[in-house]
Amino acid sequence: MAKGRVRFHTERCKACELCVHFCPRKILGVDMDTINLLGYHPVKVNLPENCNGCGICALMCPDLVIEVERD
Amino acid sequence: MKVVATRPQSLTNAKFHYCPGCTHGIIHRLIAECIDELDQRENSIGICPVGCAVLAYEYFNLDMLEAAHGRAPAIATGIKRILPDRCVFTYQGDGDLASIGMGEIVHASARGEKISVIFVNNTLYGMTGGQMAPTTLIGQVTTTSPYGRTVEQAGYPIKMAELLAQNEGSAYIARTAVNTPANVVKTKKAIKKALQTQMNNKGFSMVEILSTCPTNWGLNPIDALKWLEENMIPNYPLGEFKVKEE
Repeated sequence: MAKGRVRFHTERCKACELCVHFCPRKILGVDMDTINLLGYHPVKVNLPENCNGCGICALMCPDLVIEVERD
Repeated sequence: MKVVATRPQSLTNAKFHYCPGCTHGIIHRLIAECIDELDQRENSIGICPVGCAVLAYEYFNLDMLEAAHGRAPAIATGIKRILPDRCVFTYQGDGDLASIGMGEIVHASARGEKISVIFVNNTLYGMTGGQMAPTTLIGQVTTTSPYGRTVEQAGYPIKMAELLAQNEGSAYIARTAVNTPANVVKTKKAIKKALQTQMNNKGFSMVEILSTCPTNWGLNPIDALKWLEENMIPNYPLGEFKVKEE
């Protein structure tokens, strides 16, 4: 059972992939099937059940895309 | 479930105009979080620079003012002397602070003005297209040093934190980076300490933050963070250079 939950304001995402790189569980990736209004492929969670809610993705996000909740 | 990371109250909902992977966004968020945690949102006045962060007044949900190039410490001095109970900070880049604004920053520090300066060092002029700045490293290629910066022609990079730490009026001078999660947390602590130094009337405070410019360095955001770690940190050592206790 996932301990944490991440939510993305995908309309702000610029696909810099800093969150993907620094996620300790390696559960994030870029959604190649969508393009946001800024013209980028936004980030998405590939394995939501593995999220532990550490918040490192939100810490490294330069564009306030990510909200993290934890139990 | 409790929220552990969200937009701080001191930032508006506006989208940042910065390039993908630019660490200005991280630094904006850290300042806003520190102001929220110190409960200074209604009491803060920020001064924007000329440079990439020229539109920062759109992003901070605070009273903000735009200064002429390099003059932010002078404007902050005026505001702080008229309204000494406010938390006054400036947000400046290296082209702004270390080049055209060198006079203002050195004298604000020498006078011991009770302001906080957030100095973002990315080794070049970002907004205007990546020209050489006083902080450009020896051998670094920029649009105005296409064969690399040479000592014969342009001298040595200026180390602002060490320079200002010599001044008696400086109460807190630190240099941090935002290349890893651990360093981001340290940067937040340093910004908070700088704001607290000001609120305790100890004197001038500055945090120099080593930042990236993926666009003008010609690297992707993750390689830019590696470049920062391999090239900038050996030349610009991290740490606290002055902490005035009393």
